[in-house]
Amino acid sequence: MNANGETIIEVTDLVRKFGDRAVIDDISFNVHRGETLVIMGGSGCGKSTLLRHMIGSMKPTSGSVKLFDEEITTMKERELERVRLRFGMLFQSGALLASLTVGENVSLPLLQHTNKSVDEIEEIVKQKLQMVGLTGFEDLKPDEISGGMKKRVGLARALALDPELLFSDEPTSGLDPIMTAVVDELTLKLTHGSHMTAVVVSHDMTSAFRIATRMIMLGHGGIVAQGTPDEIRNSPNPEVQQFIHGQADGPIPLNLSQEEHKDHQHVRPRPFLGARFRFHHKHS
Amino acid sequence: MKNYIQLNLSLLYWILIAPFTGQFFKIAPIFRQMVFIGVRAAPMVALTAFSVGVTLAMQAAHSLESLGAEMYIPDLVMLTLLREMGPVLIAVIVIGRSGSAVAAELGTMKVSEEIEALEVMAINPVQYLVVPRFLAMLVMLPALTIFGNYIGIMGGWAVCRFTLDFNTAGYVLRALESADTWDLYSGMIKSVVFAWIVITIACNAGLNVEGGAEGVGQATTASVVQALLAMLVMNAILTGIFFFSA
Repeated sequence: MNANGETIIEVTDLVRKFGDRAVIDDISFNVHRGETLVIMGGSGCGKSTLLRHMIGSMKPTSGSVKLFDEEITTMKERELERVRLRFGMLFQSGALLASLTVGENVSLPLLQHTNKSVDEIEEIVKQKLQMVGLTGFEDLKPDEISGGMKKRVGLARALALDPELLFSDEPTSGLDPIMTAVVDELTLKLTHGSHMTAVVVSHDMTSAFRIATRMIMLGHGGIVAQGTPDEIRNSPNPEVQQFIHGQADGPIPLNLSQEEHKDHQHVRPRPFLGARFRFHHKHS
Repeated sequence: MKNYIQLNLSLLYWILIAPFTGQFFKIAPIFRQMVFIGVRAAPMVALTAFSVGVTLAMQAAHSLESLGAEMYIPDLVMLTLLREMGPVLIAVIVIGRSGSAVAAELGTMKVSEEIEALEVMAINPVQYLVVPRFLAMLVMLPALTIFGNYIGIMGGWAVCRFTLDFNTAGYVLRALESADTWDLYSGMIKSVVFAWIVITIACNAGLNVEGGAEGVGQATTASVVQALLAMLVMNAILTGIFFFSA
């Protein structure tokens, strides 16, 4: 943990409620420059919601999120745009614009936010696509490439403006082991070489332990455990051990009850017969 | 409704104020949208307008013949098309064809996180997606209306020339004599107002989609229904103002 580095992200007492239930319940942590923070946790534990608060897409019920020492939860859209220019975001699905080609997608932030010439932009696009192993794919449409490729194009687009901070939502899911290693190495190179800071939401434990300098595990709306990869690996907490070893039996409930599920999905539940038979494995 | 008003205010900001602060909207996407919204709708507009012109002339002939007033057929075709049928019918076609497509396209972008991705890249979705579609519609609906009027008048001519005792010059002169410029302008004003209504309703429906593919379908249907109703009510109001108040 790079405790001496400049604080890039400061999340303090963050609470987000949907109805009565807090999906994020009083979470606080800091991320310093050059760190790679991996956020992990079971499906529906609030990882993506936390990420959306950090990029300013969602407003918290209470608490604060500071990026680069600026409070973003109270910012107006125009001010937020200024902060957003300093970070990149890789979405789980890639979120490429389907109407544009791969090259146009990567060049979009450059065209919108810089005064670079067309030739310069073309050069940068080529270089960014090469970084993610997609040389020569500029003219294809997102429909014409695989899910894993879309994700890599999404990464190239997130890196187009050479951000100081990169948020990734499941960057390696859907990638083959070799491409996973390539993306991991790229993250390591950027955080070590260019002092980029990375916040990665991941389920992929191999990849997580490879890139993380610090890890946070979420559960029940709060932080279950945090520490360096070694501390997490040796954590006595049975929930952490169950999660990192991918075991079906353990303290983490297999199924959410209908009530809990309702709050996670933000949809009105339809009553169904099985709702009474909760499937909780709660060990003390 | 709050979202709709916000969208309109935001649109006005990006078109009227932002260019003076150095954030000028790009021109190329407007032309792309003009082709999509306008040019590709032209064949459908032509066919519809021609049929309506023919129908109007036949109905007029049927009624006016019994009075011995066939010479007024061009007047009826011309005035009906310029003032009412032209703007309304062509708006109906554009709502069904282009308005629904815009709502579905933006809705799909919303559910596939594309809109959120734009926001995170500090690209305002209203500036990037709505402004080009809005300006394209504002130009193309009146243009299509003029085009449709012309084709409709040709439909009337076809009936008069080939089934009645009109020659081409007689039809054209009579038609031109019957209408004054205000008849055309009133139709054009209607057309611009309809364009505003149609495209803002479609974009608003698309940008506020929730709930995946089903949500996109519902938003598309809602945009067509709302746009049709709003357009027809506005037509009645404008006709009242233009032709009934004085």
